[in-house]
Amino acid sequence: MTAVDGSHSQTQGGRDNAASLSQASVKFGEFTALTDISLDIEAGDFWTILGPSGCGKSTMLRLVSDLVPPASGTVQILGKTTEAARLAREFAFVFQDATLLPWRSALKNVELPLEIGRKRGIDIPTGDRSPRELLELVGLKGREEALPHELSGGMRQRVAIARALVCQPKLLLMDEPFGALDEMTRDHLNLQLLDIWKETGTTILFVTHSIPEAIFLGQKVLMLKANPGRVKDVVEIDLPLPRKVALREAPEFNAYCGQLRKLLEEC
Amino acid sequence: MSASDTAPGDVTSSQGMSAQSRTRLKNFAIPVGTALALLLSWQLGVRLFGVPTYIAPAPTDVIGVFFTDYALLLRNFWPTFLESLAGFFIGNLAAILIAVAFVHSRLVERAFFPIAVFINTIPILAIAPILVLIFGPGMTAKVVIAALICFFPTLVNMVRGLQAVSPQTLELVRILSASKSEVFWKIRLPSSLPFLFSALKIASTTCVIGAIVGEWIGANVGLGALIIESTFNFRSPLLYATVFVSSGLSVLLFASVSTAEKLIVRW
Repeated sequence: MTAVDGSHSQTQGGRDNAASLSQASVKFGEFTALTDISLDIEAGDFWTILGPSGCGKSTMLRLVSDLVPPASGTVQILGKTTEAARLAREFAFVFQDATLLPWRSALKNVELPLEIGRKRGIDIPTGDRSPRELLELVGLKGREEALPHELSGGMRQRVAIARALVCQPKLLLMDEPFGALDEMTRDHLNLQLLDIWKETGTTILFVTHSIPEAIFLGQKVLMLKANPGRVKDVVEIDLPLPRKVALREAPEFNAYCGQLRKLLEEC
Repeated sequence: MSASDTAPGDVTSSQGMSAQSRTRLKNFAIPVGTALALLLSWQLGVRLFGVPTYIAPAPTDVIGVFFTDYALLLRNFWPTFLESLAGFFIGNLAAILIAVAFVHSRLVERAFFPIAVFINTIPILAIAPILVLIFGPGMTAKVVIAALICFFPTLVNMVRGLQAVSPQTLELVRILSASKSEVFWKIRLPSSLPFLFSALKIASTTCVIGAIVGEWIGANVGLGALIIESTFNFRSPLLYATVFVSSGLSVLLFASVSTAEKLIVRW
C-alpha cells in the first residue's frame, strides 16, 4: 500500500503530541455525545476540562483511552492508535471513585497493573519508581499493608493515583478524581498532584466540575458545551508555576474565575 | 462533667477493662440464663402436670439418654455427618462451576437457568423418593438429596457475586488490557466471595436437612432413621436427643463456614 502515514505526531514547535484528536465524534446509538473535536495536546502539558453536565467531558476521556470508539475522525496518542497505546500502557486512568480492589492491600493495589499480562509474557513497562516508592510519593509511607476500607477517601484516591503511575504513563487521564472529597482534602491533593506532575513530567488531562480547581491546576482549560458535546473554547491560564495556595486569593486568579464562569453560562 | 460524659479513652485502663468484661458477661449471661429458665419451666411443667414421658419427656430424661444411649447416637451421627458433608461439597461445587459457566456464556445461562429453577421448585420431600429409587438405599441417594438442596441458593448467589463488579473496575481492567481469565481470577472470583459465603452459610444447615429427609425415605442408619425408629417405638427421650444431635450437626457446619469466612473475607 502506498497510503502515507501522514499523521505525524509533531507540532510546529517540535514537541510531540501526547494526544491529538482530529474531527472526532462519538455516538451512542442515535445520540451524539461528542462531535467535531479537534485538539492537539502537547506532551508535558496539564489540561483541565470544564463544561456543563452532559457535555461529554467523561466521554472525551473514554474516547482518548480506547474505552469508546470514535464514530468518525481519528484519535492518536503519541502517534499511535489508541488501541496500540493502550496495549503499550502509554496512558493510565484515574476514576472519580478510587476503584481499588477491596481485598488487596494498598501496595497490592498499586502492583495490580504489573500483574496483569505478566503470565502471558507481555512486556509491561515499569517506571523508575517501585510501587513502594510511589506510595511514598503520594504520602502513604507506612500504610502499604492497609486494606482500602481502613483508609480515608483521600488516601484511597492517592492509592489510585499511585497505581496509575506504576507503568510510568506518558498520559494521565483523570475523571473528577477529587470530586467526592471534602474541600480541605481536595486542596491538599491538588498541590500534591502538581508536585507529581512536575516530578514525573507526564501529560495530564483532568476533568472537573470546579472552576477554581480547573484554573489552579491547568495550563489550559478546555471548555466543552453540550447538545451535542463540542469544543466551546480553550483558555490558556497564564499563572506562574509552581502554584501556591495563596494564588487562590490573587486578583488574576479571580479574573480567570470570572471569565470561565461567563463562558460556562454561555454554554 | 458527669462520669457518663467521659469519653472511653479518658477512663483509666483498669476501669475500662472491668466495664468491658462486664458487658461481655452480660452478653453471655442473658441468653444462657433465658435458655436455662425455659428448660427449668419445661421440667417443672412436665412434672407438675404429670405428662407421660412418651408424650413429652422432661429435659432430665433427654439428658439421661445422652449417657445411656451415647453409643447408639454416635453410631447414627457419623453416616448423617458424612452424607451432609459430601452433599455440601458436591452441591456447592456444582453450583459454583455452573455459575461460572452462566457468567461466561449467556447462551448456557438461557438454556439451563429455567431447568435449574424448575428443579428447585420441586419440594425436596417429593423428589427424595425418586432419588432413593434411582440410587438405592445406600448413602448415595442421601448425598444427592443433600447436594440438591444446597445447589440452588449457591447458584443464584454465585452468579450475582461474579457479576458484582462495578463498571469502573471493568473499565480499569480494560485499560490494562486484561484477558478474560485474568478478569475472572483477579477480579470476578474474589468479588464473589462474600456472596458465596452467604450461600454457604445457608447450605451448611440445609444439607443436614437433605441428608435426614433422605434417611427418612429408606435407611437403617443415620439420625433420620433414628428419628423414625424412636417415634414409632414411643422412645420420646431418644427422639428429642436425636433432634438435638441433628441441630448440633447443623451448628457445627455453620460455625465452620463462619470461621472460614472470617479468615478469608477480611474486607
